[in-house]
Amino acid sequence: MNTIQARVACRIEIHGTVQGVGFRPFVYRLGRGLGVDGSVRNDDGLVVVEAAGPPETIATLAARLRTDAPARARVSELRIRELDGGAPAPGAGFTVEPSVRRGPAGHGPELRRTPPDLATCEACLAELFDPGDRRYRYAFVNCTDCGPRATIIDALPYDRARTTMDAFAMCADCAAEYADPADRRFHAEPIACPVCGPRLAWHIPGQDAARGEEDACGEDALRAAETCIRGGGIVALKGLGGYQLVCDATDEAAVGRLRARKHRPAKPLAVMVGSLAAARHLARVDDAEAAPLTSVARPVVLVEARPGRGLASAVAPGAPRLGLFLPYSPLHHLLLADLDRPLVVTSGNLSAEPIAIDDADARRRLAGLADGFLTHDRPIRSRYDDSVTHVVAGRASVVRRARGYAPEPIDLPVPAPEPLLAVGGQLKHTFTVARGGTAVTGPHTGDLEQQATMEAFTANLAHLCRVVGAEPHVVAHDLHPGYLSTQYAATLPVHRRIGVQHHHAHVASCAAEHGVTGPFIGVAYDGLGLGDDGTLWGGEVFVADLATYRRVARFGRAPLPGGAAAVRRPVRMALGYLFGGEGLDERTRATALRLARPLLRRLPPREVSTVRRMVERGVNCPVASSAGRLFDAAAALLDLRDDATYEGEAAVALEAAAGPGGAAPELPWRLVARDGMLVYDATRTLLALLEGRRDGVDVAVLAARFHATVAAVTIAVCSRVAARHGLRTVCLSGGVMQNRLLAEALLGGLSAAGLEPLINERVPVNDGGISYGQAAVAAARLRRG
Amino acid sequence: LGHGSGGQLSAELLRDVVLPGLGGAGEGVPEDGAVVPVGGVDLVVSTDAFVVSPLFFPGGDIGALAVHGTVNDLAMMGAAPVALAVAYIIEEGFAVADLRRVTASVGTAAAAAGVPVVTGDTKVVGRGAADGLFVTTTGIGRRLPGARVSAAYARPGDVVLLSGPIGAHGTTILSARESLGFEAEIASDTRPLHRLVATMVAGAERDIHVMRDPTRGGVASALNEIAAASRVGIEIDEAALPVPAPVAAACELLGLDPLHVANEGCLLAVVAADRAVAVLAAMRSAPDGRHAVRLGEVVDAHPGRVVMNTLMGGRRVVDMLVGEQLPRIC
Ligand SMILES: [Fe+3]
Ligand SMILES: [Mg+2]
Ligand SMILES: [Zn+2]
Ligand SMILES: [Zn+2]
Repeated sequence: MNTIQARVACRIEIHGTVQGVGFRPFVYRLGRGLGVDGSVRNDDGLVVVEAAGPPETIATLAARLRTDAPARARVSELRIRELDGGAPAPGAGFTVEPSVRRGPAGHGPELRRTPPDLATCEACLAELFDPGDRRYRYAFVNCTDCGPRATIIDALPYDRARTTMDAFAMCADCAAEYADPADRRFHAEPIACPVCGPRLAWHIPGQDAARGEEDACGEDALRAAETCIRGGGIVALKGLGGYQLVCDATDEAAVGRLRARKHRPAKPLAVMVGSLAAARHLARVDDAEAAPLTSVARPVVLVEARPGRGLASAVAPGAPRLGLFLPYSPLHHLLLADLDRPLVVTSGNLSAEPIAIDDADARRRLAGLADGFLTHDRPIRSRYDDSVTHVVAGRASVVRRARGYAPEPIDLPVPAPEPLLAVGGQLKHTFTVARGGTAVTGPHTGDLEQQATMEAFTANLAHLCRVVGAEPHVVAHDLHPGYLSTQYAATLPVHRRIGVQHHHAHVASCAAEHGVTGPFIGVAYDGLGLGDDGTLWGGEVFVADLATYRRVARFGRAPLPGGAAAVRRPVRMALGYLFGGEGLDERTRATALRLARPLLRRLPPREVSTVRRMVERGVNCPVASSAGRLFDAAAALLDLRDDATYEGEAAVALEAAAGPGGAAPELPWRLVARDGMLVYDATRTLLALLEGRRDGVDVAVLAARFHATVAAVTIAVCSRVAARHGLRTVCLSGGVMQNRLLAEALLGGLSAAGLEPLINERVPVNDGGISYGQAAVAAARLRRG
Repeated sequence: LGHGSGGQLSAELLRDVVLPGLGGAGEGVPEDGAVVPVGGVDLVVSTDAFVVSPLFFPGGDIGALAVHGTVNDLAMMGAAPVALAVAYIIEEGFAVADLRRVTASVGTAAAAAGVPVVTGDTKVVGRGAADGLFVTTTGIGRRLPGARVSAAYARPGDVVLLSGPIGAHGTTILSARESLGFEAEIASDTRPLHRLVATMVAGAERDIHVMRDPTRGGVASALNEIAAASRVGIEIDEAALPVPAPVAAACELLGLDPLHVANEGCLLAVVAADRAVAVLAAMRSAPDGRHAVRLGEVVDAHPGRVVMNTLMGGRRVVDMLVGEQLPRIC
């Protein structure tokens, strides 16, 4: 028998999302099963396998590393080479070896991949509710298939010692499970049980926290919190990626109190329900929506509410859709099971601030908001708010990308030749770091004007750069000098800064995530972003690629009377169009003002006269070619909203008024050529709204027709641009594309016109996607030199 | 272009264009004037050019403004003003009656301040070469004994005081220029502050670290300059911010942030914590500081940045005015 000849030894490097997903246990079982000799280990951000055995067995091993990989793993590449020396000895068996750490930059040129948090798996859930199990009702049950990851990781390679679970010494039972290859908790890093793991605690604010006194622990703490919620109280709950505020979603008074305390008068609140069936009781949830709802990422999914199903009306007043999600941690499962009712579960913060993660900070910031604190002693290392998604034309499209999604890398179709940082926008802030073909976008934090958000941004950035091994040499930023992200970029010691136009970043984010590198038509419908001509943009059509763009069409301009004041108060925007919309001639203006008389009479006379004067004299009236502002004006002209208490409220009201859609006839519109560009003159459209009001046409009809009009204009523009430039791909992005009625009309209409429309799915169409778009543009520009 | 509103762009123009040309004069911390030791006496020199439209407005005119501005610049250096020089650049065709009115106002303001105008100059330029009337004022003063103030001297723990209500001057000028109709309710706060400063400094010479009049760019820009120059953070309380109701209403309608609006009659002082109560009391005892408040404090967190604790319980970054304040909302 010639054993020498029949035996090969090789080293297999596995790239991709391969840590925190049960990969080592999988390889271990695979190696054992195949009878090969060798080992598996986490090596920096990779998994490395060394194996020796018959050639065909090693080939099978390599093939199965891809085909049989755990569900949560994402293998991007296998690198196999033969081992010259140090081959595992025959009969040595297969083992899990200690992890290896490398220098700050890791293996390069790729960034390390940090796994996102995973919702509790079925097997763990079964234990959670099994009175005979040693983890019965234990709020921290997890395994290699589920549990916290990104929120507890300090560094890679992923090992307990480099997570916030390091503080908990495993008991003998847990240690045995951890070490047993046959156990489903073999190498489950956050493994825990009631004996050795984290423990719940209950505090009531105002009692002396300095002495570390707790009002109840463990099961008693949970029961106390449940009693509080049953009684209409608001509980600050320490979740996976931050504190949440929880109350009974069927209790009108409780929801009202939460709104008052959070200073959040109208913005819809997310509701957690115990099961898909419970979700379907409250809302219409189709299969496309059930998929993200039940996915391991467990985002909040925006779905069409069924009225009269017992939810407090204050949960989502005047919004077309309701945000629902399912429990994703054992603690949430216990609460939902025990309380057996839908719960409002919203970020533990004041509006626009980042979610609180630190216990002391949470106690301070949330003391006035919560009646009690349900906390625990497992520290949260990184802040991850709940994600939000919705389904557009049958495909899930993320609206807020955080827990469960971030920091899962997203490919860059044009690889970054140098490590780079994209600092993002100002609102709905995210940042992106990129190296080679990998981009890692950090979680949503909020409005950078809040100091707490700035602090969260810089802390997240430093942490994620260290974990994934990014040392940016180049920084990409918005053109707006007033964005705090732009100002931050100016302070960084990098050798190159790349300014990226806001709407180019929007459409590039869509192109890049779909792998489009060639020229495309970019449609950016947005609130406001600074254009390269110093005016504000937001209704733009580009012929673009990832590196460059040319503006070929835009919305007509209107003044914003008072700048940001006009954004906060959409009715001012209506006045802006009436008094100073681009292309208004004297006769049309007179007609418009006559038709608008009921509106002008309804508003404070002082405001009308001042705004009129401001527009005439150009006092604090920046002009914008914005689609978002046109939606605001339309909503105000239809008396839907005068003021916006949250971003996009008026446009949301307009979409809600229009109902679920169906084909509505267009209102009048026209395109004019100006400076070599097509300009959508919305004057006639707005006049038609006013005429409709005068003639007593139903607001719902007018709102639906307005949407149809913007869609028709866009399809006409894109068709012309496509014909002229020989392009077919249309990338849709910008915050206005969050309007599902509009987005679906565009996707359908552009397809019908023979074009290939794409919309963001993995990063938000809103400013949460800006940093990824900036990274895509910067990479393409660097590549071009 | 865009460099006129007294915020970040003005600072950049000064840093990148003006100062390098002067061979390093005024290098480092931006101050309102310079200390020039002459024969054992610390003289303070300050100069300022005034361009304002309209020339006459509720509460004052360009003449009063030119006197108060320079008197205040000297005062913010911890100096007692001694004498002023005034120069006019007059556009051909400018009404003589208006020139008389402005000159009378200069005289009245100087007399009221107790600071004589000792010399001056007048030039007439062709139509279009100037806009009506420009006034340049130079002042000299003597540093108050023991006073040593600089934008760079704020230290963590110090208290930030504000001598009175904000937002009136800029709102008045804008309203008067554009006939916005607020002129009846609001008037400029232009006034000399050197007596208030003398009251504050007496007995607290070493405890007043910074004084600044928040003129162009408003309180926000002045605080940011202090935070940057001293490499400290500053935290202020919105609840303490004195914005008169008519000013607040006008700002709301015009979309202005009172923190960014120019003032000509109030000052910010950064004071050692243990003397803050005494200095505040001194300020309130002076006619020009009756409405003084404790606005906030200096911290070692977030150096270079100013943060406001809002009425809603949030913490807002207060930054310098950039250009014409384009909205950052998307
Ligand atoms: Fe945007
Ligand atoms: Mg000055
Ligand atoms: Zn599990
Ligand atoms: Zn245990």
